[in-house]
Amino acid sequence: MAKKVNKETLDNVTIRFAGDSGDGMQLSGGRFTQTAAIVGNDLSTLPDFPAEIRAPAGSLAGVSSFQIHFSSQEIHTPGEKPDVLVAMNPAALKVHLKELKAGGTLIINKNAFNPKNLKLAGYETDPTEDGTLDDYYQAHFIEMSKLVTLACEGIELSPKLVERTKNLCALGVLFWIYDRPLEPTIDWLKNKFKNKPEIIEANTNALNAGYNYGETAELFTTRYVVEKAKLPAGRYRNMNGTLATCLGLLAAVEKSKMSLTFAGYPITPASNILHTLSNWKKFGIKTFQAEDEIAGIGAALGASFGGSLGVTASSGPGIALKGEFLGLTLITELPVVIINVQRGGPSTGLPTKTEQSDLFQAVYGRNGDAPTPVVAATTPGDCFVTTYEACRIAVKYMTPIIVLTDGYLANGSEPWMIPDSKDLNDFDVSFEKGSETDEKHQPYKRNKDTLARNWAIPGTKGLEHRIGGIEKEDGSGNVSYDSDNHEHMTYTRAQKVANIANEIPPTQVYGKEKGDLLILSWGSTHGSCKVATEKLLTEDYKVGHVSLKWINPFPSDLGKILLNYKKVIIPEINRGQLRYLIRAEYLIDAIGLNEIKGKPIGASTIVNKCKEILDG
Amino acid sequence: MADKPTLKKADFQSDQAIRWCPGCGDYAILAQTQKVFPEITEKKEDTVFISGIGCSSRFPYYMNTYGFHTIHGRAPTVASGLKLANPDLSVWMVTGDGDGFSIGGNHLIHLLRRNININVMLFNNRIYGLTKGQYSPTSEQGKVTYSTPMGSLDYPFKPTQLALGAQGSFVAKTIDKELKHLQNMIRRANDHNGTSFIEIYQNCNIFNDGAFGTLTDRDTKADRLLYLENGEPMIFGNDKDKGIILEGSKPKVVKIGKKYSVEDILVHDETDSLLANMLSNFTANPEFPEPLGVIYCSERPTYDDLMADQMSKANEQPKQTLDDMLKAGDTWVVK
Ligand code: SF4
Repeated sequence: MAKKVNKETLDNVTIRFAGDSGDGMQLSGGRFTQTAAIVGNDLSTLPDFPAEIRAPAGSLAGVSSFQIHFSSQEIHTPGEKPDVLVAMNPAALKVHLKELKAGGTLIINKNAFNPKNLKLAGYETDPTEDGTLDDYYQAHFIEMSKLVTLACEGIELSPKLVERTKNLCALGVLFWIYDRPLEPTIDWLKNKFKNKPEIIEANTNALNAGYNYGETAELFTTRYVVEKAKLPAGRYRNMNGTLATCLGLLAAVEKSKMSLTFAGYPITPASNILHTLSNWKKFGIKTFQAEDEIAGIGAALGASFGGSLGVTASSGPGIALKGEFLGLTLITELPVVIINVQRGGPSTGLPTKTEQSDLFQAVYGRNGDAPTPVVAATTPGDCFVTTYEACRIAVKYMTPIIVLTDGYLANGSEPWMIPDSKDLNDFDVSFEKGSETDEKHQPYKRNKDTLARNWAIPGTKGLEHRIGGIEKEDGSGNVSYDSDNHEHMTYTRAQKVANIANEIPPTQVYGKEKGDLLILSWGSTHGSCKVATEKLLTEDYKVGHVSLKWINPFPSDLGKILLNYKKVIIPEINRGQLRYLIRAEYLIDAIGLNEIKGKPIGASTIVNKCKEILDG
Repeated sequence: MADKPTLKKADFQSDQAIRWCPGCGDYAILAQTQKVFPEITEKKEDTVFISGIGCSSRFPYYMNTYGFHTIHGRAPTVASGLKLANPDLSVWMVTGDGDGFSIGGNHLIHLLRRNININVMLFNNRIYGLTKGQYSPTSEQGKVTYSTPMGSLDYPFKPTQLALGAQGSFVAKTIDKELKHLQNMIRRANDHNGTSFIEIYQNCNIFNDGAFGTLTDRDTKADRLLYLENGEPMIFGNDKDKGIILEGSKPKVVKIGKKYSVEDILVHDETDSLLANMLSNFTANPEFPEPLGVIYCSERPTYDDLMADQMSKANEQPKQTLDDMLKAGDTWVVK
């Protein structure tokens, strides 16, 4: 007799896949994401890895997770407390259970709850046996290891490899619950394991086994439907911040017709930029794995001196090492793009967790009076245009520029409306032309509008000149120890950066243009602040939201906008670095909301704090 | 190489006032370089001098070519990036014993290992000059300086040995006072395809005067210098009466005459890395003369050539536009 299944429609759902590092949770999450994208949901994801590559199996330190928030409406964050927690072993349950919503769904791999794993996770009694879970959650204990073993009978594969397919089994269960197609995942498997038919078969069987379990097991009585989201019309793809950053660089190459030289040193979470670009040589992108962080920016600067756009990427500790070269790039007025994928600091800090604490480092982290443009991406997809614009402005203004992203943006993803390359700002490059005359070349002759100096590259006849880190005489570029010239150059370099404000489009205010409270965010806190603003607006609070991308220089209209509100709150994942800058620049007593827990600040935290301010 | 140089020495002299101390060995090195360059290039616009920080690193300002005076120890990184961006340039790097081996040691060994086609001129004066006289990583142990009033404690590097250990494909040594020899080493470095490393003994007459006195004084130098010539026996001495032989695996200085004839003397082979390692070990060993010349020279594919290969291979992949890349992967349309 067929069992009776209800169908219920939901607006949005947050699922967290959690398991041991070796359990393939990133893969399950990634496949669920791709399917949600194909189904047409809006979505946002947040992977979370342990810092250790191979922490002991079953240990708390080895738990890896992937959260996806998907919806039939527009969403901006990966969600806070999950509705569903998939726990592949006791350690995963231990680490993540406290965040599962009360009454939420638990999907547990029962076979992993053996005495050894329970002990590793610090459980004295088995929570799947002692009844503690059933009181609070809809708990489903599924013998996934056993299911996949049965499903893969007859396939010539070691038991160990069969066991590994249990992440697909868990995925199958979720696909059944949320009524999702299996084909995209099966196609993906076929493509990924082209020459390994037994792996394709085993994984497909495991996926089906999970799906069929949902279909037949009496436990599940409800399926949920999350409809297509009504996103703005266009063609979409799922986009993460790393790929978006790399595409931004590629766009710079294609639009400017320049070559690009990327030099970097391996560091979490920035290395994937190096990996991706290394595959794009056919576009004229050269990549160089340098011997250290210093060499990374040094080679990028050397390339820029030679007329190729130099780019380097790192994370806080690596950026610290690049500091001296940032100063040299600045004084020699050559374009270099420095991408900082921020992570928890100081020092090694929390390498795999996100944070926004390198803002001071970006704005101030150099010796001398060394103004450097700083721009931050706000969402994973936004890394594309942010990086593109950074390249364009670096070249137009002949300056180093720092692009701030972070671990969450780099690894997180969202549906991204694919732009048309024609809609990007034009990217002109003009190297100075050779001369046969005896007139002396003036390497520091400036464009009157931007104050950018000329770019004369080696190989050009008649323009031979020397540059370096010693102060330059404006115009001639000769070494100069003259005090008046030094002061003039100090102000000129600052004015050049200030002039970039002319490139910044008018600031968009979301919500009330004037009101009681402005929520001012920068970088990746954009999403939570937007959601918080939406919520406060529906409750008739007079709030607005400004999402800041440019931090040096600030947009020229920002000062005015700040005055349109009685109060300003700045949520950031640090102790208040933007707040400090805003206070210093605009003498506004901005209020901080600072949560530094290695993950995005939840929208509800922001809503609560705003209410406290507005109701108080 | 041009038959008759189209450029003159003066073409390579910049209009900047030279700021080295009077009597500094750097003058001779600059002059020899400016002299040789018309022979080795017709296009000074394709020549770039890159340096770090230190007395020697002022060099680029005085060469009327392209130049970049970078930061302390980091010249190899800038030079590498430049050469990768534009492999057609002739890139020369000038560094010193502090710049190249202390603060910049890491970069220098990796440059040598990669074998990027860059020519390195390392001025070794065995002292920090610009910071006014501290001992350097090539100073002899026990050196009394401002920072080591009771004598330095650390053991010095042997630069050519270090360069060989870092897999340098061209390793040579010369000295500021031997003008013709110096010119010749610059020519040889230019001809070599790969990273060329020339150690140049340079007298700092202010802080370490006479560091190479026995190698330059008329009375002693013939007995102290061993000029290496590829394929020639290693003979030295005022009367060309001394030579190097191998006794088992050990080198030994012998007198040519009764017991040993010229035929017994070891013949230099630039391509022999074992021999090169042995010769590089003579440095600062009073038993042996100081070898000058090309200690090792053996070409292997350069990083820049290998990169060019990969770039052109990648170019054979199917063409894609930016919009193709933007649209790649699973996409869907929202109406
Ligand atoms: S300090 Fe020594 S090395 Fe420096 S310029 Fe003077 S003499 Fe030459």
